Amino acid sequence: MEQNLQKTSLYEACVKAGGKMVDFHGWLLPVQFESIIAEHNAVRSSAGMFDVSHMGQIIFKGPDAYKFLQYVATNNFKVETGRGAYSHIVNENGGVIDDIIAFCINEQEFFVVVNSATCQKDYAWFKEKAKNFKVEVSNVSAKYSMLALQGPKVLDILGELDKDIKNLKRFYIKKATMFGGEVLITRTGYTGEDGVEIMGSADTINKLFAWGLTHNIKPCGLGARDLLRLESGYLLSGNDMDETKTPYEASCGWVVKLNKEDFIGKAALAKQKETGVSQVWSGFILTQPGIAREGCKIYQNDKEIGYLTSATFSPVYKAICAGYAPSNLAEGSEVEIEVRGRKIKAKKIKMPFYQDKI
Amino acid sequence: MYNQEKCKFSKTHEWAFVEGDTAVCGISDHAQHEISDIVFVELPKVGAKVEAGKSCAVIESVKSAADFYAPLSGEVIQVNENLNGNPALINQAPHGDGWIFKIKISNAKEEENLLSFDAYKATL
Repeated sequence: MEQNLQKTSLYEACVKAGGKMVDFHGWLLPVQFESIIAEHNAVRSSAGMFDVSHMGQIIFKGPDAYKFLQYVATNNFKVETGRGAYSHIVNENGGVIDDIIAFCINEQEFFVVVNSATCQKDYAWFKEKAKNFKVEVSNVSAKYSMLALQGPKVLDILGELDKDIKNLKRFYIKKATMFGGEVLITRTGYTGEDGVEIMGSADTINKLFAWGLTHNIKPCGLGARDLLRLESGYLLSGNDMDETKTPYEASCGWVVKLNKEDFIGKAALAKQKETGVSQVWSGFILTQPGIAREGCKIYQNDKEIGYLTSATFSPVYKAICAGYAPSNLAEGSEVEIEVRGRKIKAKKIKMPFYQDKI
Repeated sequence: MYNQEKCKFSKTHEWAFVEGDTAVCGISDHAQHEISDIVFVELPKVGAKVEAGKSCAVIESVKSAADFYAPLSGEVIQVNENLNGNPALINQAPHGDGWIFKIKISNAKEEENLLSFDAYKATL
């Protein structure tokens, strides 16, 4: 089985550090090292690091690079060296293909970080849409290993490797040198904590991982990553949203900038903004003992009203859930969630569960 | 408390500590380690009939839910209420304070289907 799975360049290092490796969309990645809860706590209180080398990197280059990005993305980007932003990529109907973070390298080059499971699909989509633009789209994912370093103490710790790291603004990118290799550092993350994500060669990122292990940066797996992102109310592309959902339905309407120039899906989204949506991605907490899971159905007065797309156990908030439910369901409303044939009481809460400190 | 060398094991990683016509049941150290961070246990009710090999409790970690299959058939006469407040007891002492329930055995012959500690270890 394993020979069909891809390994990141940090595979050996993760195994050596005690990583319990699992198949994640065709990649062998650590689901946990010591314990998901211990890793979660390290990121909230101190510092943790995640192998995210499976993520994709795509470059838009050419005179129309900016124009093209504005056309394929819903958010409104700026031409300012180093500046990045989060956005959705949607189809003509406004359905979400993926979420991305794109950074301006210069006015003719944008660096786009995409999800691993959707990377090939995104790349094919961009290639097809680029035909009428003076832009070259290239998938450079194989060139980069990537480590996400997250937590309130991460920047202090990394100051030893890059004394200017704290000057990097939130959602900006910069080039730097670490262990003699060139790296790209972005002040971004998926945990709700401050931190950076660092991309570089396999050799450099392996050196960084090894350095982190000896500098109180705890290796963390996908389990902690999923828990941290759900606490922070971040969507998991392909799981919490896909082409059957629009950014409005995904409770992410702020990434749609209808007042910018034309972009793919704009007409459909403008129409939906006017008519409104019937279901939105909403948060719930169980008020009775139990843990709900992805796929569980939501009921109110014995009527099925929705379903969960993500749910787990948080050491802080206990059984947390998120899924699609009627947009008119008020905060505090009591619902029931069916877990293995048993209905458990839950209440709707305002997302996120954890207010990030960034 | 329930010395693993004196327990009988199922292939699905449950143990039974048999004393007369009763048995205390729990999960093996290997199983608690594999499940990791146990955060919730759905216990059977006292008086419930459990059947060997059938799911009768659920052990949940942050990541997933695992069925607990009764190692022997019988009637539940006691459950470990402490697990409601502190399910991590199973991680800390799977053969001690992390026991799950106690049954009155209904079919003593089923014990023959279980493995000794050494035989169980050999399956891991």
